[in-house]
Amino acid sequence: MGAIYIMWLRELKRYFRSKAQIIVSLGQPTLYLLALGFGFGPVFAKAGAGSYIQFIAPGVIGMTVLFSSIFSGMAMLWDRQFGFLKETLVAPVPRIQIIFGRTLGGATVASLQGLLMLLVCLIAGFRPLHQNGVGHNWVAIPAAGIFIGMIAIVFAALGSSIGSTIKDMQGFQMLMNFLVMPLFFLSGALFPLKNLGAILTWITHLDPLAYGIDGLRGVLIGNWQFGFRWQFNFMLDFCLLAGLAAIFLGTSAWLFSRIEV
Amino acid sequence: MIRVENLTKTFGDFTAVKDITFQVDSGEIFAFLGPNGAGKTTTIKMLTTLLRPTSGRIHLDGFDPWEKQREARQRFGIVFQDPSLDGEQTAYENMELHGILYHVPHKVRAERIEQLLKLFELWERRKDLVKTFSGGMKRRLEIARGFLHTPKILFLDEPTLGLDPQSRNQLWTHVKGLNEREKTTVFLTTHYMDEADRVAHRIAVMDHGAIVAIGTSAELKAKTATDSLENAFLALTGTSIRDEAANSADAMRRFAQMWQQRR
Repeated sequence: MGAIYIMWLRELKRYFRSKAQIIVSLGQPTLYLLALGFGFGPVFAKAGAGSYIQFIAPGVIGMTVLFSSIFSGMAMLWDRQFGFLKETLVAPVPRIQIIFGRTLGGATVASLQGLLMLLVCLIAGFRPLHQNGVGHNWVAIPAAGIFIGMIAIVFAALGSSIGSTIKDMQGFQMLMNFLVMPLFFLSGALFPLKNLGAILTWITHLDPLAYGIDGLRGVLIGNWQFGFRWQFNFMLDFCLLAGLAAIFLGTSAWLFSRIEV
Repeated sequence: MIRVENLTKTFGDFTAVKDITFQVDSGEIFAFLGPNGAGKTTTIKMLTTLLRPTSGRIHLDGFDPWEKQREARQRFGIVFQDPSLDGEQTAYENMELHGILYHVPHKVRAERIEQLLKLFELWERRKDLVKTFSGGMKRRLEIARGFLHTPKILFLDEPTLGLDPQSRNQLWTHVKGLNEREKTTVFLTTHYMDEADRVAHRIAVMDHGAIVAIGTSAELKAKTATDSLENAFLALTGTSIRDEAANSADAMRRFAQMWQQRR
């Protein structure tokens, strides 16, 4: 257990020590929130879909958590580069503890980033609503925290699996373009996933983040104002994310245990 | 303490380590000498559970490093050829992390970290991030860390690479001191003959994946009828680079031969 704790603590220390990084990594989602939120706002309202800021806020929170968590796992590449990885590979503890500690640390950091982004959204005018859309619902925030945590664990574990596999920086850019960006764009973070056409709908249903965003948006604003309620539903989102978290954690542990240097 | 029998490692059709057999006794300082690409690091990786041997047997304090990884790992410390510190943490935190991973009890841990950091003259800098350290300081910290869990065996893979003579001298003084005080068996690889001559009880010379000679420095000199370990080393591993440089046409021909063999 000591190993899990110390690896978890390491991720947190690194996070709190790079204050500039905290601000910088909130920059991109904030840009999306403000530029798209206010930019597309009038069009969105004209289409009778209500406030776009309300719609996009859960999306950019999910985006923050996705990027932060998946990169925390891929940061293993740096540890490989700078050699620290070897120190953990020869340690007399089961490697599953090392990788779990790392992954949970990365997920914790990503969750903190997500909560900070939620705060940014609140400052920008976003308000959590009751499921029927009437009145502000501050109780939704802890519920949103659960989905933030689950998205964080799913993608931190996915990142750890990737980090255990790729060995150089070339693979990194490719994953960014062909995995992370599609995960984000097809998740429904920026636009509703209704009426998309069969193929695109089918693809979006394969995107794990779609369930995370749906859960997050569902508990935060209830989706009442778009003429439909949840894209999926609470139980499906929750169970699917939990299942994926377990699968990715298992995969990362297996891949990490097989590393030879 | 370490017993290696007919150890072989191949990567595809390239044989990095070819059927080597040797033994290192408890409390001994044992040096592996060899030109670049001789198979020293590959051997260390197999001894330290990082690579699975293709064939042959290894006993590390009675344990097979691949079959009994955790037992083996608890028994050795290792300083890798390239750094393996966490630059984003302080010297003390690096030591503490290592102590926790190696199950050093809390009280012993604090005492021993202080003792080792003071010995390696890093105590004053314990609260500084390791990324701000010089190359020599990082090396000292790594070696201090290797001793933290009182390993029975310490592996040092070219620990003095890129260090100035002062740092090298101080480093070996500490390693020798700890070897005598704590009876730690030391297994090291190096390019520097003078270092091997000075600290090692026995030396194995490795070339092209095989051990070509093994013995004390005096024995190696006697065997090759040379007056220095450097000359003994050259007598054992050949002077092929000099031969090639002597005649460029010859070198070209050898190069062409090499390519044809590869196809």
